[in-house]
Amino acid sequence: MELEYKKTRQGYVDGLKELAGELPDMVVLDADVAKATQTFEFEALHPDRFFNCGVQEQNMLSVAAGLSLEGMIPFASTFGVFATCRAGDQLRNSIAYPNLNVKIGATHCGITTGGDGASHQSNEDIAIVRSFPNMTILVPGDYEEAKLATKAAARAAGPFYLRFGRDAYPVIPEIHGAFEIGKAKVIRIGKDIAIISTGILVSEAIQAANDLEAQGISVHLIHMPTVKPMDKEAIVEAAQRTKGIVTIEEHSVIGGLGEGVAGIVSQEHPTKVLRIGMQDVFGESGQAQELLDKFGLRAKNVIEAAKKILG
Amino acid sequence: MSGEINEAFLQEKALKVRRSIISMVHRANSGHVGGSLGATDILVALYYHLMNHDPKDPAMADRDRFILSKGHCTPVIYAILADCGYFPEEDLLTFRRPGSHLQGHPYQPKTPGIEASTGTLGLGISTGLGMALAAKLKNQPQYYYIMCGDGEIQEGQAWEAAMFANKYKLNNVIGFVDRNYLQTDGFSEDIMPLDPLAPKWESFGWQVFTIDGHNYGEIIDTVESAKKSDRPVMIIANTIKGKGVTFMENKVEWHGTPPNKDEYDRAMALLT
Repeated sequence: MELEYKKTRQGYVDGLKELAGELPDMVVLDADVAKATQTFEFEALHPDRFFNCGVQEQNMLSVAAGLSLEGMIPFASTFGVFATCRAGDQLRNSIAYPNLNVKIGATHCGITTGGDGASHQSNEDIAIVRSFPNMTILVPGDYEEAKLATKAAARAAGPFYLRFGRDAYPVIPEIHGAFEIGKAKVIRIGKDIAIISTGILVSEAIQAANDLEAQGISVHLIHMPTVKPMDKEAIVEAAQRTKGIVTIEEHSVIGGLGEGVAGIVSQEHPTKVLRIGMQDVFGESGQAQELLDKFGLRAKNVIEAAKKILG
Repeated sequence: MSGEINEAFLQEKALKVRRSIISMVHRANSGHVGGSLGATDILVALYYHLMNHDPKDPAMADRDRFILSKGHCTPVIYAILADCGYFPEEDLLTFRRPGSHLQGHPYQPKTPGIEASTGTLGLGISTGLGMALAAKLKNQPQYYYIMCGDGEIQEGQAWEAAMFANKYKLNNVIGFVDRNYLQTDGFSEDIMPLDPLAPKWESFGWQVFTIDGHNYGEIIDTVESAKKSDRPVMIIANTIKGKGVTFMENKVEWHGTPPNKDEYDRAMALLT
């Protein structure tokens, strides 16, 4: 079957556009990357509700905090690396600490940011934001889920970090339907090995599961669009049903989905967890697909890990 | 509220606030007396004369907002909020203690009357601008008073904010730089020079006034002029760090050192 490819960042702005009528106090901020985050499309429709802060990510996040203190619902948009590293203090102290209703729309996250190289590839953002109390982290798996996540965040109270990618990735009908913050999506129930993914690499996870099933290995497949708070119940169930867990994420293995899963199972139901992700290295320039190969973020890497666990 | 300036009343309030600052920091054995004493007269002029606010209704929609961007100077704002009745004066005994709503740096979710959480420097200016922008979007009439330290505006974010306020013509913002020329490590012009300061803000599009930050008439008249501006306003208020306690005045040692028992007694004897 031919897969349809769409961008999660497009899902973000399409979600914002659909919310505009419902939430008159919603405003969108950007920091001179509106053409990349796609928020220029929102600006074109609602110029009076769009604020381009220029190359000022730090100011933008604190301004967003101020807007929320007066009852607005600001979506502050920039690349993940800027939102969390450049403006990490503002995210922590202006937004997370006072638990303000600010939404961060972070695009160009992960290694698939591609040609810009390691300086712009945010592979640490989940780790940083997970460590801030009060934050909710949503990492949608495709265009449609990005739209659903954006809308869910807008309607919920509190600070959110929404993580989107740059490139077009497969649309995955298995993860559509109701979007519930904090809930994992169990795509398939199985008994040999569990695979847990977040973000756009859900497509690699599905491919790995299909290949393993074809080889007679039963896979319990979970997609986790909410990385914080983590769906503990779904993770423990996966550990109980299977002989081990493979996680896959477009992020460092330090502090991301995989470490979160390992932390939960080590307390609740110890089992082996192998983590596919950036292995504590910086990325480099290249095309997204080349980089996924080079850094081992593919279905075949999931399969290898699964077989290692199963022995 | 505005009207004729009651100098004696403001002096009396300032004395009470300064005594409260010394007590609070001495009791907690932690906190910032120098900058708090230096900024006292400006905050007294704001809270007891200039600002439209109601301690019985801290969420009043059109209240004027005060944002303490130099967030380490909580003793002065806590003393004033308690005196105004935002929370009981006994709460001041809990400053910087576990379980207290009076954190070392302002925490808006917990403390009545605190409008924005600040602490790491530079953030409060931008937060105040975001609030002021929201008021513009909602056509609300209130003013946003933002108090920055002079050391604080060495932060790059302060100048990001300066550009932002100019772009969005936030003339509902009236800022103060508490210009006492001292910061943690010494004299500001040695650590990282800021002068000439007024032209910096002017070139960023702000209307600038330079005043004596201990003169109520000047503070109040300047704020009244600032309200007529079509641009954001920065009032550079020349102040004396440690003002009112002679042995603390203009001494960088009193930036973040709490007074011991002897120093406390001497300070309180001076504040009568």
